[in-house]
Amino acid sequence: MERFDYARAADPAAAVHAASLAEAPKNETQWPTQYLAGGTNLIDYMKLDVLRPQRVIDINDLQDQHGAIEVAGDGLRLGALARMSDVADHPDVKRDYPVIAESLNLAASGQIRNMASVGGNVLQRTRCNYFRDVSYRACNKRDPGSGCAALEGVNRKHAVLGVSDKCIATYPGDFANALVALDARVNVLGHRGSRTMRFEDLHRAPGDTPEIETNLEPGDLILGFEVPAGPWTRRSLFLKIRDRESYEFALASAAVALAMDGGTVREARIALGGVATKPWRAHEAEAVLNGKPLDEAQARRAADAAFAGARTREQNAFKPELGRRTLVRALMQAQAMEV
Amino acid sequence: MDEPFPVSRRRVLAGGVGVAGASVAHADTSLRERTTQAPPAGPSTVAVELEVNGDRHRLEVDPRATLLDTLRLTLGLTGSKKGCDHGQCGACTVHVNGRRVLSCLTLAAAVRGPVTTIEGLSGAEASKLHPMQQAFVDQDAYQCGYCTPGQIMSAVACVHEGRTGSDADIREAMSGNLCRCAAYPHIVAAVKQAAPQIARG
Repeated sequence: MERFDYARAADPAAAVHAASLAEAPKNETQWPTQYLAGGTNLIDYMKLDVLRPQRVIDINDLQDQHGAIEVAGDGLRLGALARMSDVADHPDVKRDYPVIAESLNLAASGQIRNMASVGGNVLQRTRCNYFRDVSYRACNKRDPGSGCAALEGVNRKHAVLGVSDKCIATYPGDFANALVALDARVNVLGHRGSRTMRFEDLHRAPGDTPEIETNLEPGDLILGFEVPAGPWTRRSLFLKIRDRESYEFALASAAVALAMDGGTVREARIALGGVATKPWRAHEAEAVLNGKPLDEAQARRAADAAFAGARTREQNAFKPELGRRTLVRALMQAQAMEV
Repeated sequence: MDEPFPVSRRRVLAGGVGVAGASVAHADTSLRERTTQAPPAGPSTVAVELEVNGDRHRLEVDPRATLLDTLRLTLGLTGSKKGCDHGQCGACTVHVNGRRVLSCLTLAAAVRGPVTTIEGLSGAEASKLHPMQQAFVDQDAYQCGYCTPGQIMSAVACVHEGRTGSDADIREAMSGNLCRCAAYPHIVAAVKQAAPQIARG
């Protein structure tokens, strides 16, 4: 691990001020200041020398102010410093937003869920081995213009949606897909003040600039999330398919929420994980389902629409079909839920 | 410094919590290799106050020092093990504020709240085994023993979290602790044995 200066921030403004001091490059991996909350992702990547910040600002003292979990009539509010396990085990979240609770409970391990903040969780870095291992020279995400070793390399776990010829790294998280399905918004404090953006706009597909993963600016600090209430949130679930039953990243996942009128879908909310370069809202699949009776054939048509734009490589050609079956099963299970 | 390690490995082993004793030689080797790669602590250190197993320590640490390395190398508490050092194996599991966490991904400077390690698990009665430790012995829930301190710390937390209702619950809740000897069925049996005793307090 490279040397860094460590400081604790007493309030959000102080944290942002400290983080905004330095001029930062566009490449997010090279940002000179990093915030430390649970550290489960940051410390790992610092030990790998992928992240080499000069300054680490410990924001854990902000948890009292920005760590609350509030379920109100108009929606769910999560402070960024709330820990994954606290949100996952919250009885109101489990009842009214099961897709959120399940996405967190199916992620990582008990120890990591106790440590990791939900704000940090959405910003976790890809598990692409060519990104993680700096002994590989070719990684456009770490070093723009160096190439992508995954295109012709070991790419079984790589993305098929939102890919480019510069990068096919999978967005690894689960919780972010629940947020994007439920039209969440994210509150950000930056050096020009606070702002709220659609969660769907937080992450970027790689395109020609895979080194820019989010629409955050250097020094921006996520303070919390707002998830609007809706008739679909109770009939929601997170289905995660992976190589081993627990403590593993998704090969394919589906975050699904349905508002039903009898057997007819009034409104569907769908996001897909393990298959895409960013938290992936499947608007095309939703359009197929909305206003129509839901049965397995219809769910299959929606899944076909979701993966119509999939682009596979040598080892991940199984992913579109696995993703389609995952979504069909999630839709059928959500329809059968008693709410 | 008369006694750099206030709790020596020998005393820990003699105290009866050394269920991982079989792999001590292996642990030493890997540790030496790792520590020679890291540069020595520089001038910029951070003052931290750590409470570990009821003892308060005032330390000056390199900001890069993990809680795991601080426990093992600075405080001589070698019960917590370094397996992967990347949060993937659970061998370094300790309790902070009563919650199980990974000490390898925790900076010592960032710790807030009291730490409990395997050495402090049985509290004041250090000569007695904690019920979970006894259960691991009774159920033969290890082979090489390297992962065992982390398994036990995680298992105790699982009971407190209420995640030991069924074998499937236990396997899911313990999935963050890998055992390369694959003693998993015995570990499940040990957790089942100890859970009611711990729940009774």
